[in-house]
Amino acid sequence: MNETPVTGETSAMPIEMRGVAVGAGEEPDFIVLNDVNWSVAAGEFWVIGAPHHSGKSDLLMTTAGLMPPVGGSYKFYGKKTRIFDESRLADRLRMGIVFEQSQLFHYLTVGESIALPLQYHQNLKEDEAMAAIDDLLHATDLKPLADALPSNLPQNWQKRAGLARALALRPDILLADNPLGALDSRHSRWWRRFLDELSRGHKWLNEKPLTIVATTDDFRPWRGSRLKFALLKEKNFVPLGSWNDLLSSDEPLVKELLTAPVLAVEEEES
Amino acid sequence: MPNAEWKWKRPNEKFFDGAGEPFYFTPSRTLIVRGKLASFFRSEKQWLRRAPLPRTYTDYLGRKLFTVLLTAQGIGAFALITLAVIVRKFNVASAVIHPMTRREIVRAGVRLLPMYLFVAVALGFLAIGQTVAVAARLGAFDYIGTVMVTVIVRELGPLVSAVLALARVGTANVIELGTGRALGSVEALEAAGIDPIHYLVVPKVIGMTLGVFSLTVYLIITALASGYLFVFLQNAPLTPTKYFAELAISLGWQDFVLLAVKSCAFGFFIGIVTCYHGLAQPLRLEDVSRVTVRATTECIFVCVLIDALFFVLYLRA
Repeated sequence: MNETPVTGETSAMPIEMRGVAVGAGEEPDFIVLNDVNWSVAAGEFWVIGAPHHSGKSDLLMTTAGLMPPVGGSYKFYGKKTRIFDESRLADRLRMGIVFEQSQLFHYLTVGESIALPLQYHQNLKEDEAMAAIDDLLHATDLKPLADALPSNLPQNWQKRAGLARALALRPDILLADNPLGALDSRHSRWWRRFLDELSRGHKWLNEKPLTIVATTDDFRPWRGSRLKFALLKEKNFVPLGSWNDLLSSDEPLVKELLTAPVLAVEEEES
Repeated sequence: MPNAEWKWKRPNEKFFDGAGEPFYFTPSRTLIVRGKLASFFRSEKQWLRRAPLPRTYTDYLGRKLFTVLLTAQGIGAFALITLAVIVRKFNVASAVIHPMTRREIVRAGVRLLPMYLFVAVALGFLAIGQTVAVAARLGAFDYIGTVMVTVIVRELGPLVSAVLALARVGTANVIELGTGRALGSVEALEAAGIDPIHYLVVPKVIGMTLGVFSLTVYLIITALASGYLFVFLQNAPLTPTKYFAELAISLGWQDFVLLAVKSCAFGFFIGIVTCYHGLAQPLRLEDVSRVTVRATTECIFVCVLIDALFFVLYLRA
């Protein structure tokens, strides 16, 4: 049994976890996070920080319904959820996922990759789907690259194409796995600005504010008053609060994630 | 280095080093790794395959038998799931899936025509050449039709078509799907709510089934025609009318039905086995070549089994 309706969808939190245990992606019985208690309200923008291999991606995959929680209760818009099987397709399509490595389809062009979810779920012909995503291609500056294969693109642009694909079906929630990782400063700035626009309500989403959960291994680029922060530490999910709470935190790992690696080494040496 | 006795521990069993730090055993690499990296462990079947060599032949044979049974179970389940998806979702996302299926039919059928022409001509020459040589010695030209039908229509035609399609398209399927699996494309499809079996497997299996069937018919007709060309060049006392009359007499309705079913079964199972190995298990990029070889071997094994089954049916028919 994968779903049990609990409350009305309109009033329910998009994401609500109580005592959730998260398994590792390739070995679900191995628990990477214990007792996650976390609620995300509609329109919130969460940033979850942790070093590599702390379970950020696994938490997102569990949230995305691609991996069942090992224990605890996960409700998506009030419905108890393990994974989104076929009967929950409508729920799955309310969530867009940006993978850390983009994970574009290597045999499709950028335009085809972005159009594919729309084409598949709305049974559109290729030219109709391409016309439907035209605004999205413009919004993400991907229009000139629509005919390129992913292997011919730098990682910066592949990642942006991954974002556009996640937005193609106009989701209510966006999960972004380390979106700023391995980006140059120009692309990082673009992402921050664009995610902020999405969070406030972008034209592509009919001005509806998007609920966003992003992970990171570096808090510094995420400075912003509207954002909520959390930390994964020693298999625990630790909510931190706002940017100001983050700055005043005594937690060493928070300080580490707020410090440029080079500066940290210099401090240690001095 | 791992302690030898640990090799028999189950995957993911926790050990502790001298400092009380946990270790996890990953049989796939016969390494001890820490914490989450232990997740490189994959499936029970792979663990079974890679377990250290047992001490006795009976243990070895037992393990092989279990591996074969587990593989057969996996392929059987995958085939049933694929059939169910073909039936249930035939008209779902038809704007995407039907053009892809047509492309796969072209890929597994039309594009192989030149190669099949060459092989069919060569096969006709070789089969009829040997037959004419023997028939000339024995004065048994009346049996050429029977021999051609038995050799080309019933046995060599379907089997050669299947093996060539496996070599040209089946292996490419494993590599394509395995690379996508290793690079996370399958997760991306699932995240977008796209059924990977529907989107990736169904077009390939239908394409392969129809492709092998069409190519088998093409190969048989070409081989029979080129066979007569060889007879003509040898000045053997066999007129075209007599040659084709003998063929017609030797062919029964069972030959047409069984040929169709057999060639479709070859194509279907080549599609299933190659897609199963490319898609159904977690893969890393370095596993793709190993899995391709394994899929090819299993396809040949499955084709020979199907051939043996049809041999029994031909005997009973």
